[in-house]
Amino acid sequence: MNDTLAKTEKRTAYILTLPAVFLVFAIVLFPIFANVWISFKEVELKDIRIPEPRAKKIVKSISGETTKIKILYKLRNSSLLQEIRDVTFQDKYPKNFQPKDLDKRCEFKKNKLNCKFGNWPAKYRENFEVIFETKDGSNVNKKEIKSIKPKLKGKSDNILLNTKFTIKNFKKVLFENEFIDLLLTTFYYTFFGTVGSIVFGILTAQMVNQKFFGRTFMRSVLLFPYVAPVVALAYTWELLLDPNSGTLNSLLINYQIIETPINLLGQKYIAVNILGFDFKLRLALTTVIIFEIWRYFPLAFLFILARLQAIPKELYEAADVDGASPFQKFFKITLPQITAVISILFMIRFIWNFNKFEDVFLLTGGASGTRTLPINVYQQGFAISDIGTGSAVSIVIVILLLLFMFFYFKLLGKRVDEN
Amino acid sequence: MKTKNIIIFSIISSFFLVSLISIWKILVTLQGIKLENFNFQIIFLLGFLVSLAHVIIGNKLNIILKLIIFSLIFIFIDGYLIQSMPIWYNIGVFLILYFFINKIKKFNNKILEEEHSTQIIIFDFLTLFGIVLFSFVILFPFYMMVVTSFKTQIALLVNPLDFSINFAQGFKDLFKSYFVIFKSYKFGKYILTSTIVSLGTVFITLVFAIPAAYAIARLNFFGKTFLSTSILIIYMFPAIVLVIPLYTVFSQLGLRNSIEGLLIVYTATTLPVAIYMLQGYFKSIPKELEEAAILDKLSWFGIITKIIIPLSIPAISSVALYVFMIAWNEFLFSLMFLDNPNSFTLSRAIQYLSGDAETPRQYLMAGSVIVTLPVLFIFVYFEKYLVSGLTAGSVKG
Repeated sequence: MNDTLAKTEKRTAYILTLPAVFLVFAIVLFPIFANVWISFKEVELKDIRIPEPRAKKIVKSISGETTKIKILYKLRNSSLLQEIRDVTFQDKYPKNFQPKDLDKRCEFKKNKLNCKFGNWPAKYRENFEVIFETKDGSNVNKKEIKSIKPKLKGKSDNILLNTKFTIKNFKKVLFENEFIDLLLTTFYYTFFGTVGSIVFGILTAQMVNQKFFGRTFMRSVLLFPYVAPVVALAYTWELLLDPNSGTLNSLLINYQIIETPINLLGQKYIAVNILGFDFKLRLALTTVIIFEIWRYFPLAFLFILARLQAIPKELYEAADVDGASPFQKFFKITLPQITAVISILFMIRFIWNFNKFEDVFLLTGGASGTRTLPINVYQQGFAISDIGTGSAVSIVIVILLLLFMFFYFKLLGKRVDEN
Repeated sequence: MKTKNIIIFSIISSFFLVSLISIWKILVTLQGIKLENFNFQIIFLLGFLVSLAHVIIGNKLNIILKLIIFSLIFIFIDGYLIQSMPIWYNIGVFLILYFFINKIKKFNNKILEEEHSTQIIIFDFLTLFGIVLFSFVILFPFYMMVVTSFKTQIALLVNPLDFSINFAQGFKDLFKSYFVIFKSYKFGKYILTSTIVSLGTVFITLVFAIPAAYAIARLNFFGKTFLSTSILIIYMFPAIVLVIPLYTVFSQLGLRNSIEGLLIVYTATTLPVAIYMLQGYFKSIPKELEEAAILDKLSWFGIITKIIIPLSIPAISSVALYVFMIAWNEFLFSLMFLDNPNSFTLSRAIQYLSGDAETPRQYLMAGSVIVTLPVLFIFVYFEKYLVSGLTAGSVKG
């Protein structure tokens, strides 16, 4: 009895979870494996359309003969690259129709015309004509003929499914496209974006954790950049930073802080002089990182605030009794309490920033030294339409992420051991 | 010791005052008023003197009287002697000073004598400064988005710093950009598409997630732990990696440029977090209720619809709101899968609009306002639900 109960429970569980599991596996896990497959193939965007045999039906009346009609089929292979094999054709006609001088490749049976056209090479075109007459001598209804569409079928190779593999794509990714520069840019973007958002998250959480008028309102406002659509925010920033008539540049010029406008999103380097040392700052990348920090510090803020509110008040009261200063309280009590949250946040944000595509794409499109790995996936796959190389970049992303996670957990484990 | 503290207090508080007044001056400049200098030194000096006077006078003077005297001196020097400013500017300065003096009220002789008083001052003013600065930095782009959508191309070219809104021009001229994008750019259609896609995603996600979450929370079956851990790992996986394979498969199946395609992808990407959030809540529902239902021979369908769903309305609504926001804001997949303007979502439509260099930016900003408003409205209105969702699911993005 118990056994059957457990069995039904199991079966119910599978019925309940299966739809969700199937969908997630199909859309999330399958593509990751498919990426491996595609990355070893030489595929371009135009190859992924399956070649189709197509026919355009044109009905022409023959002058003087109302019982006869000429039907012209403009046949073609939709692909410019691949052949289609064993093309078959079928079309239906009104019952009283009979063909005249039928093409050898075709036969007419039960008002249906069946043809076998054999193999069509790439770019193949043919004008195929059939003349019909009515058996009973009645007039032809052109509309009726037009409304029926011919059916065509054919076999073709799907480039994605054949077993030709190459490592060209990986060679291209690793050796041709300034891979080191790409990695460095991605690293700067990810690392500084993550650290910046966490630092500002700590500051704001510490701020909001104190009592002041309008505190709940402040908490909402701080989350605005995080919940608003990225498209709207990116274009607003672009407008603010525009070198020609952007608000920021206009303001700076108005206050005579700068003389000529700075193209914050379009200039790769800017010379900076700090303490007598001249060095080149990557301007566009810095701007994009600032946008990133602006947009994502709310997540860190939310997490840290939740943690701060869970710290027992007694700790602070005891510190007050001991005469600790506010800074001592922050460094000795608050900070140790939030390190766990910070380490989780660091991992989450690092992974997500590493994969962030929209922000950079919308702000600079990857120009002026802001090309990160995800941007490269898009550029290879869709701008240059080299799907194979794009996939190879995706694989590189996945491998780097797994490596990061591996080392991060190892490091984290070590630190936990030490404590 | 005390003199030192008073001076430190005055310096820090006047820094704070300078930042307040500077932000006000930036906002005033953006109303088209010619203001080319912050006059940091003078304002700093004035702030310093005000703070100093405040501590020295102490309680000898009524606070309101103090406020009025300080503000009037301040306004006379800043708004009249240095540069003659309009009345509303001075009213703003008066309100800032009112706020400022209210804030420094608590710093009297007593506090300044305490131990660590320097640190307390720094801490307090850093907090205040942070609140003001962060509010400004965050709200400023939103403010610019809204005011730009009300301007015209010519007005912005004539004076790029004049964002004052002319309410006298009538409703039609004020909202001209909005009328244009609805009329010539079919934004009505895009709003409809976005709404259908987002609501559809919410609905399908819930239909799939609720049974799955129930099974994970309650039933025993082989592979349960594997499933619940893999949910979180899948959640961490990057969307950009999915794009190329999905693009190829969707092209071959004819799912590109279709709402169905978007629905499938959005549902699959939001499912893991929805299941994760729901199962956590379902676990907190007392088991006894279901045991009674099992005795009544209720099937699992009955248990879910009659017991679990009514009891977890708060969790379900927070998941729903959260999924809605993700679907509404989503951009990457809509960029990849939609290239026919007839099936655009709002985000994709705005991006498409910006691709044309000729598009006036007030149209772009009007579009941005339209896509942002629903999300912010939902967020502010249902904040309580959403914040719990955000922390539980730590929103993807």
